[in-house]
Amino acid sequence: MDEKRELLDCLVRNARESTDDLARQTDLDSETVEQYIDELEADGVVRGYQAVVDWDRADAQHVEAEVELNVELDRETKYDDIAARIAKYSEVESLRLVSGDYDFSILVVGDSMRDVSRFVSDQVATIPEVTQTVTHFVMDTYKHRGVQFVGDDEDDRLSISP
Amino acid sequence: MNIADRIGQVPPSGIRRFFELAEEMDDVISLGVGEPDFSAPWAARQAAIDSLERGRTSYTANRGTLELREAIADHVRTYDLSYGPDEEILVTAGASEAVDVAMRAFVDPGDVVAVPEPAYISYVPGVTFAGGEPLTVPTREENDFVVTPEDLRRAGAEAADLLVLCYPNNPTGATASEEELAAIAAFTREHDVDVLSDEIYAALTYEGDHTSIASLPEMSDRTVVVNGFSKAYAMTGLRLGYAMGPSDAIAAMNRVHQYAMLSAPTTAQYAAVEALQTCDDAVEEMRREYDRRRRFVLSRFEEMGMPCFRARGAFYVFPECPGDDEEFAEGLLHEERVAAVPGSVFGESGAGHLRISYATGMTDLKEALNRIERFVESR
Repeated sequence: MDEKRELLDCLVRNARESTDDLARQTDLDSETVEQYIDELEADGVVRGYQAVVDWDRADAQHVEAEVELNVELDRETKYDDIAARIAKYSEVESLRLVSGDYDFSILVVGDSMRDVSRFVSDQVATIPEVTQTVTHFVMDTYKHRGVQFVGDDEDDRLSISP
Repeated sequence: MNIADRIGQVPPSGIRRFFELAEEMDDVISLGVGEPDFSAPWAARQAAIDSLERGRTSYTANRGTLELREAIADHVRTYDLSYGPDEEILVTAGASEAVDVAMRAFVDPGDVVAVPEPAYISYVPGVTFAGGEPLTVPTREENDFVVTPEDLRRAGAEAADLLVLCYPNNPTGATASEEELAAIAAFTREHDVDVLSDEIYAALTYEGDHTSIASLPEMSDRTVVVNGFSKAYAMTGLRLGYAMGPSDAIAAMNRVHQYAMLSAPTTAQYAAVEALQTCDDAVEEMRREYDRRRRFVLSRFEEMGMPCFRARGAFYVFPECPGDDEEFAEGLLHEERVAAVPGSVFGESGAGHLRISYATGMTDLKEALNRIERFVESR
């Protein structure tokens, strides 16, 4: 497999690995790892590094909502134009154009349901091209970014086996 | 009770003693585990649950369900192996049962069975229980512990009736290339030795592709291949393996199996069909995680100056340790709380080595290797 792809997989799995440990896991030397990471960042392949947080366990106000958004395009306004506008809000955690019954899928984050509702009604629904919004508040998270938050399989293996 | 003499001929496993030592202690990080740290892919587990819900709790055909044998036949084409599901495949309760049944089906009292060492601990007792004469064949580190015709000759294996092979290897992690297998194959043809090839770790091969000795010219008639679901699909506790070979060999094995076992666990067979049909991605994901750990562990041993040949399969590496391996392993356990199995447990030619299993999460692996490094430096 391509070395850079291999490194990318390691970063996706755990971006907190040190350069030395990444080098050990990929059979690359540390300088090459640094160089590849620089290139991945410069090319915009790697856009950032974040923790996977179970907000229910963090002592913090945190409310998320999935918002379905329908829009009406015209000659002057394309999806990209509307997206560029919505993406600028810090409340918008993710914004994607999707196939199916609606156009955009937005993940909105706020301190309270009131915050999120107000953001959607005041900032999103008022955009002229937006024809409809449906807000789904997230009630519980079981798995996020490949990490299970519930029902971890316990390691009950014998400590030594043939 | 009167205990049969041949029980006394088989000493208790050295692994057992070490297990008891490790169990007495807290906070041990174990690199001594011979099974995956993953659970079986969820789709396979779900298939097992579904089969139970549908009340599939009876015996299956002795040889296993036809559906499973067909799925196995399809699957092993990846290794250029072609076996008919009706007569050339037997589903067993783990690869372990397949090995045991093979010994009982192929070994007469006095027959010589050559076992290259270091070896998985069940082969020699399997030969003894079947009334055969085990002939251990020491292999050499300079060949990455892959047996050569020279090793076989030196041990007198020309006289053997059966040769047991295991690549990728437990305990060394060695894989055998097509050239190395071809040389072994030529030896077995020249001296008319049959082959029992335990390929349970075939799917866990990291550099190059797995080659089965049965896929080499004129070998399928004299080879029984054993494989299973334990390692690749992380299904050790479901106890499911299989044997493939010429129809007369499989019929003979089935004769033993039908009386001893009747049929392999039914629930596991349903899980296995699902595993073969839909779990390739899950297996590949596990394989790549093992590979990252393998490279990590090899790098760490290199950094701490413990010589370790480049293991390319299974989930073991086999570094040299200074001094007596049992003493080293016991010291490591007591002083640093890291369990690793001394190489001599797997035969004399494994002495002076440790079997390090990397079927352990990366966090524990890192900590364990730091502890080993500290232990080596303190000596």
